[in-house]
Amino acid sequence: MITVCPTTDLPPGEAIRIEAEEPIAVFNVDGDFYAIDDTCTHQDASLADGWLDGCAVECPLHASCFDLRTGKVSGPPAKTPVRTHRVVVEDGMVYVQPGTTADGAA
Amino acid sequence: MSPTVAVVGASLAGLSAARALRDQSFDGRIVLIGDEAHAPYDRPPLSKEFLAGTASLDDISLGASDDEGLALDWRLGTTAVALDRVSRSVLLSDGSEVRADGVVLATGARARRLPGSDGLGGVHVLRSLDDAVALREDLASAGRLVVIGAGFIGAEVASTARTLGLEVTVVEAMPVPLAGPLGAEMGAVCAELHADHGTRLLTGTGVAGLIGTGRVEAVELTDGTRLPADVVVVGIGAIPNIEWLADSGVALGNGVLTDARGVTSIPGVVAVGDCAAAWSVSAERHVRIEHWTHALEQPATAVATLLGAEGAVPTSVPYFWSDQYGARIQFAGSRREDDVARVVEGSCADRSFLVVYERDGVPVAVLGMNQPRLFTRWRRQLRSAVPTPS
Repeated sequence: MITVCPTTDLPPGEAIRIEAEEPIAVFNVDGDFYAIDDTCTHQDASLADGWLDGCAVECPLHASCFDLRTGKVSGPPAKTPVRTHRVVVEDGMVYVQPGTTADGAA
Repeated sequence: MSPTVAVVGASLAGLSAARALRDQSFDGRIVLIGDEAHAPYDRPPLSKEFLAGTASLDDISLGASDDEGLALDWRLGTTAVALDRVSRSVLLSDGSEVRADGVVLATGARARRLPGSDGLGGVHVLRSLDDAVALREDLASAGRLVVIGAGFIGAEVASTARTLGLEVTVVEAMPVPLAGPLGAEMGAVCAELHADHGTRLLTGTGVAGLIGTGRVEAVELTDGTRLPADVVVVGIGAIPNIEWLADSGVALGNGVLTDARGVTSIPGVVAVGDCAAAWSVSAERHVRIEHWTHALEQPATAVATLLGAEGAVPTSVPYFWSDQYGARIQFAGSRREDDVARVVEGSCADRSFLVVYERDGVPVAVLGMNQPRLFTRWRRQLRSAVPTPS
């Protein structure tokens, strides 16, 4: 389990990149937290730098879209989904469990 | 009999058109014609990762796992040679013809060559996969590279060649590189990356000719200077592939002329991507855009029109990027000569900045270097600020 930050440091609409074996991007969508691989599967770009639109993040470089809940591609040019990671929020802190697929993700 | 759409051109714009047809529930036959033998691939990496050898052909494929479901009738390695407007048939180089109810023209553009360089070994352009493979092989045994043209392709090739250990000189005819897309002030800032990374940049210098018999040995400049070269890359722009349409009756200019929705002068024929010059409401003229995102997004509108849809053209803000010397350059918007560039974040000296171009105090374009997060916000802001043309 990786400690990300206090929930207050990641307000709605914001994202943070955390270092792990593979970097992970954690998003706050209206109070719900999601974690996916930070690196776009199309070309090297940080999805934490992307644009959050509902439950989708748009890659800052070529505008590929990924569904934060499933990691699936919701808009080209990316072809390969990103991995999701389980997020735990406890006592005002956000944690990520790398390698454990988020609940409900395919 | 089910209807047929012929898509002429199997790169990003053509493939995007085919996907858009299926997305929009077209269940007829789609014939995808491409003059290259290769399955569709992504061109931007050709001057970067693919040229450096860090990306494979598989990495740059544009194919997706669900492409089988598109049920495309592929005609790769086949060049379209004529369009018959009456029967709406595309004639192919192998003598066959494809009769279609709708035609999407997506033949792209080709690299402009330096006059008199034909047949001289060691002289390259970079547009296709075959170009990139040939250049990569040649660079592997070369020591000195001269790049003619300091545009984005030239700068990216120079950058990649530096990582491969070559001595690189870039020659640019204009006094400032990239002044067209970025303005002289910011063009000069971006061009400083060359010196930062040991590339020699010569500006305001024309090329008189190439020296060598059989294989290039040097580039001679208009001031008489001779630059020794093992390899020369010519990056001086692109020409739309429209000659094959000369007798078709399709209105041509600097590209296939279309309205804002991609419709040509002939009913049932639309044009997309680098070969098309679409009417721009804001510029009040036909504009041919060679940007990657344009080739990705524009076909959806053209195809919808082909299938009978009407309505407003979706708002879009031109966007392009360039990766050079480890720096990520991104630009969005429409810049004019007298717009004022203002640094709103970072500094040019740090090679990390965001510049907003303003017209009468209103932001119209944005340029970022190594500022992807902030850039994306500005890009979105510009998109929401663009009025929808009626």
